[in-house]
Formats: sequence, C-alpha cells, structure tokens
Amino acid sequence: MSHVKYIDKTRDYYLSQGYEKPYEWAHFDEVPFARLSKPLSEARISLVSTSDVTVRGTEDGGNHADKLFNGNVYSIPADTPIDQLYSRQDHYDKHATNLDDVDSYFPITRLHEAAADGRIDSVANRVHGVFTAYSQRRTLTVDGPEVLALCRADGVDAVVLTPV
Amino acid sequence: MCHQTVSLTARYLEENGIPTVLIANARDIVEYCGVARLLFVDYPLGNPCGRPFEVEEQRRIFDMALDLLANATEPRSTVVVPQTWPGGDDWKRLIFSEEQPFLDENAHNNWINAKQHYKKLKKEGKV
Repeated sequence: MSHVKYIDKTRDYYLSQGYEKPYEWAHFDEVPFARLSKPLSEARISLVSTSDVTVRGTEDGGNHADKLFNGNVYSIPADTPIDQLYSRQDHYDKHATNLDDVDSYFPITRLHEAAADGRIDSVANRVHGVFTAYSQRRTLTVDGPEVLALCRADGVDAVVLTPV
Repeated sequence: MCHQTVSLTARYLEENGIPTVLIANARDIVEYCGVARLLFVDYPLGNPCGRPFEVEEQRRIFDMALDLLANATEPRSTVVVPQTWPGGDDWKRLIFSEEQPFLDENAHNNWINAKQHYKKLKKEGKV
C-alpha cells in the first residue's frame, strides 16, 4: 500500500466534521539547499523537533497551552538523561503506536552513539523544540531565525529534524 | 502541521547555510512544502525514527539519515526506508477516518482550547 496522503485525508476528514475551509498547506516551487561543508566525521550536529519533548519537572503549567499552535522555540541540554524526557504531544496515531520511547521520535541517544562511534564529530550542547504554529509566517520570521541563532551560537554544522 | 513547521524550519536553516535532514512519516506534507533532504519512514505518525525500543532498527534509520545528510547533491532528495510497519496496513486506511477519530475526547478538547487561544491572540495582534 502506498504512503498515506495526509493532505487529502485531513481535508476530507475535517470537511466531514463540519469545517468549511480546507487548510492551505505551505508550498514552494524553489527549495534551498546547503551542502555539508566538511566530512560528517568533523561535523557537530543538533536536533530540532516538534515532538513537544519536555524535561520532567520543568513543565511550565499554563504557559504550555499558550504555545500550542502559536509557535515558540525552547532548548534542552543535549546531555539530559533520556529517562528525564517525555513528550506531551497529542497529535500522533494513538491507535497504532505510542510515544513511550523518546528515541522513536527524538533520536538523542542515536545522535550520542554516532558521536561516540566517530561517525560525527560531536553533539551540539543544546537540542531544540519548536512548537507547531498555525501561522506559517511565524515559523519563517520568528521561530526559524531563533533556531538559526541558537545553532550558530553552538557552532552547529548540520541539523536533524523530526516531526511528530 | 508538525511536519509543516519542521519543513519550514529546515528551509530557513538551509537558506542560511545550515544543511538539514528530516526524518518523517508524512511524506506528502514535507514534499509539498519542499525540503532539501527527507528520509521517509512509512510508519504511523509518532515514530519517525523507528519503532519504540527497537534499538537496532532506530540505529539503521538514523544511519541512513546521516548518509543522506552527507551525500545528497540536490534539493528534494528523498530516500525511503525499506521497512514496513508490522501487522499490516490497516493504520493507513484508518488514520483520519470517520471510523476512527484522530483525537480522543481529551486531546480534542485540548486542541479546541489551543485553537480558541490562538484566535484570541490573533485578534489582539499578538501572533
């Protein structure tokens, strides 16, 4: 069976639920491309994810609701023990799977292994979360620049991104 | 929409000289937006990097992502992970269907509240 056409499926699904106006997904003809400027074994890499990964005990209560779908960027020390991380994300296929293993959507252990094996040079000091934004403009003018600034400050050569 | 936010963020990084690779489950959303490199994992939303606790599988997938990062020569480079979800393709038929609502009641209420909050902020010119 071919892959799921989420754009078509969600359009039909939300129309059937009474929503009248289909969501306009971001679309560009031109795609920017940067080459890795050094061998992978010399590269410092960071992670960026919309998986709402959170450090246990640092939840910010009411502020979380403010960020859902409004955008926002936050950072997590890359050496945070994985048992202190979890996801508060609701928007995944709960019927088919779970978010019980952080590495299945935020591959921080796999990234550390790649550094330990010498496959990459190092893991950046910080990894980052981006809250999903309804506003595409927000992502492109506020959150994107913030992620870029964080990556530059940490000397990051390349980024692995994972959505949930 | 999480796939779209990640795609837009990747595009911004690429525009500014930082190479990226996405590991993702919703191929159509990412490719419609257009990114430099996509490792497509044909699994349910939630496990782009491999099945929970399947460490060897996760390592293979992550390794493929690093290969793609290093070796892609042009934008819109998509590589497909060959593994399929065990137990068949029913999840593909059922996702976002009337038969199987995407969000349970609690998650649905969270979504509606977040949406109303967003509309309020938008009205106040804060987003």
